[in-house]
Amino acid sequence: MPDWELRDLEDWDARIRNVVEACGLSPFPQEFEICDSAQMLGYMAYSGMPSHYPHWSYGKAYEKLKTLYDHGVSGIPYEMVINSNPSLAYLMRDNSLCLQILTVAHVYGHNDFFRNNFTFQTTRPEFTISTFKAHAERVREYAEDPSIGLERIEPVLDAAHALSLQCRRNMAVRKLTREEQEQELLQTAKAPDDPFWKIHRRAEYAAPNLHRVPLMPDEDIVLFIAAHNPFMTTWERELLTIVHEDAQYFIPQIETKIMNEGWASFWHKRILDSLELPEKLHLEFLVRHNQVVRPTPGSINPYHLGLRLWEHIAGVAHVPPEEALNGGPPPIADPDALFQVREVDRDVSFIRRFLTEEIARELDLFRYAPKGEDLVISHVSNEEGWEQVKATLLANIGMGQIPVIKVVDADFGANRTLLLRHEHDGRDVDLESAEKTLTYVHRLWGRDAALETTVNGKRTLLTVSERGFSAKSLK
Amino acid sequence: MPLPESIIRPYRPADAERSDRSAGDRLRHREKVRESIRDNIADIIAEESIIGKSRDKVIKVPIRGIKEYRFVYGNNNPGAAQGDGDSEPGQVVQKGRGRQKGQPDKAGDKPGVDYYETDITLDELTQIMFEDLELPDLERKRMREIPAFRESKRKGYRQVGIRARLDKRRTVRARIKRKFARNARPEGTMGRQRFPFHDNDLTFRHVASDIRKESNAVVMCIMDTSGSMDTMKKYLARSFFFLLFQFICTKYRSVELVFIAHHTDAREVTEEEFFYKGESGGTFISSGYQKALDIIAERYHPSLWNVYAFHCSDGDNFESDNPTALKAAKEIAEVANLFGYGEIKPLGSRYYESSMLNIFRRLDADNFQTVLIERKEDVWPSFKAFLAKDRVSD
Repeated sequence: MPDWELRDLEDWDARIRNVVEACGLSPFPQEFEICDSAQMLGYMAYSGMPSHYPHWSYGKAYEKLKTLYDHGVSGIPYEMVINSNPSLAYLMRDNSLCLQILTVAHVYGHNDFFRNNFTFQTTRPEFTISTFKAHAERVREYAEDPSIGLERIEPVLDAAHALSLQCRRNMAVRKLTREEQEQELLQTAKAPDDPFWKIHRRAEYAAPNLHRVPLMPDEDIVLFIAAHNPFMTTWERELLTIVHEDAQYFIPQIETKIMNEGWASFWHKRILDSLELPEKLHLEFLVRHNQVVRPTPGSINPYHLGLRLWEHIAGVAHVPPEEALNGGPPPIADPDALFQVREVDRDVSFIRRFLTEEIARELDLFRYAPKGEDLVISHVSNEEGWEQVKATLLANIGMGQIPVIKVVDADFGANRTLLLRHEHDGRDVDLESAEKTLTYVHRLWGRDAALETTVNGKRTLLTVSERGFSAKSLK
Repeated sequence: MPLPESIIRPYRPADAERSDRSAGDRLRHREKVRESIRDNIADIIAEESIIGKSRDKVIKVPIRGIKEYRFVYGNNNPGAAQGDGDSEPGQVVQKGRGRQKGQPDKAGDKPGVDYYETDITLDELTQIMFEDLELPDLERKRMREIPAFRESKRKGYRQVGIRARLDKRRTVRARIKRKFARNARPEGTMGRQRFPFHDNDLTFRHVASDIRKESNAVVMCIMDTSGSMDTMKKYLARSFFFLLFQFICTKYRSVELVFIAHHTDAREVTEEEFFYKGESGGTFISSGYQKALDIIAERYHPSLWNVYAFHCSDGDNFESDNPTALKAAKEIAEVANLFGYGEIKPLGSRYYESSMLNIFRRLDADNFQTVLIERKEDVWPSFKAFLAKDRVSD
């Protein structure tokens, strides 16, 4: 049985809040819910949401989590916190008092990050829970509607899920309306002003085609299909919108995983160091803290990398936890700078700005590349290699893990084929998944779907039509 | 501005017990897994590894359509990771291009990696496979019906029995009845007087084993083991009979199986020999049929037994034997409920080898059927074709 009661938690929470405030953090109001492991697994399968529309993939997620948990392969995370206002976090009933204190402090770190980081500004946290709930109710209504039913919504959801992350990455950049796009195209088509226009030959003017759909490549594939497939029923469109909106919630989290985990770890450490924990709790804390933020050779532990970079920015020396003294945290050199970074950066800019050669070397970051059938280290963090290592890391974090694919033509080949283009950055897409996903595009679009990409250095057009999948090289 | 009070909501166990929120989605997921297995059975049983394995062997079954596809990068792209302090260029991070990048010692447990195989025992697999298949035309023949012991069945109550079958509800009721019959007032009004259970109160569920007569059937598996049956052909034939064998074992308790292996000569063999032993020699198909007819005449008279005969061969018979074989086939068709002939011709060999299919075309019997098996994917469809045949006429 746990070594605490609700009253203990309330006391510690109050003490932690005092420290949080003194540190200058400004989180949303916080709510905690104490749950057991089964409930926790349930929340995890549905990304923490108290209500979520049904889909078999969440059942699959639950089974998987449960299997891993039952076999002891992976534990249950100490905490789960969702970006909403008030913020909602879950605490595991079976955790020890020390873990609860650690978790509570960690949660305030995330909460503060959600509230202040710019990527989260478009998420409308006041409505997070109610939006998910409304979506859940809407989908259930469709499922229970005798003229629709689960058998018909499932294929649409399957397809929409496959494409849900093919959307705009940076919410801070506004999407242009069609009129604005027209203006911009006309502007760019016009030759620049030439002071010597009298002696120069007049530049050719190629009128932009303003009847194209889309005018400019569109990253929101699901929304584009919902808006441009005239044969779609209202409920199908609604489902696409729901999946799109739900996916939007995760984009900022994907974009700031390293910063966010690092930030929360940085503050839970400082908060717990300021709490003057009794020795027994403090020792347990050090062990737990170490488990969370230790490096995982062979991959990147966002907790570890994030924490190290935040320590670097704060100007606090990195002290290995086992050597840490119980004497309160060292002072932060420039708190304002720290809070500013928390506000204006996301993982890519954060690492670009603050990962130095010294830190890369200390963490022993390396770049690997395929060689024959194996993956082999190609660069390590030394003078010649570290910039390569950093560039590769930058390409593979946040939304960089997802290929950039845009709708470029809704009437390709003058037969309403939907043409997508992969903006190839040296990384090929996985062909099997591309084929399957393109089949989903075909399902939603109702006509042929094509993807232009590069495979082994050759421009290739993958097509899914009524007759199935085909791939051909382009000249 | 001080931080607002946080709210800590206490644990409510009822939530966990009352609402298992993912139950519906889990059920749907499992249905999809099952569907997927059923759709891919032709591929699964085409895997060499399952033929001839014991029934409780766990096999990995690839699941299609359960994977959630997205546009993702392939695994032939560079990545970055953290080392343990002394990484050097040229060190191998991962042997072989697995599904996981940069995970040298751990396999398949990282979130985000989609599992796309499921474990299933052969027993479960055959159950799914044979769910909607049945031996066609199973007639109830008189006499010599083999009693088939079905599951035990509940049948009334007794005063004696084993502890596990104690019916608590009835026992308590019996006690209460007895109490009222003794004119004792209900508890509480008369103080707490003990009214213990008596042996006569104890009521046990009675269980009787349900003996059901099942029609008796015999399945004759006849396989060509001649020299022209090369490894591939034998494998295909064995796959077919393996399915048949599994099917019979799964669905029927009192079906007898007879295995006949023939080249120029036919022998009745054991299951073991049938599936694992190779022989060589020429081919007289008639010898196999004759043996089957002998066995039928001797032990399984058609008036008492439902007879099913299946024969697999590559059709490479000695010319001179063909008339005899046709005649014997006719005889078998007369006595059997169903007689199936599967010709195994791996792709390409079909044009220069002789075929019994042309010969058997002259055999005009409703219960005779031929199929052509060209590759391992054909095994399952042809198996289904055999067993589905007579269901149409029902």
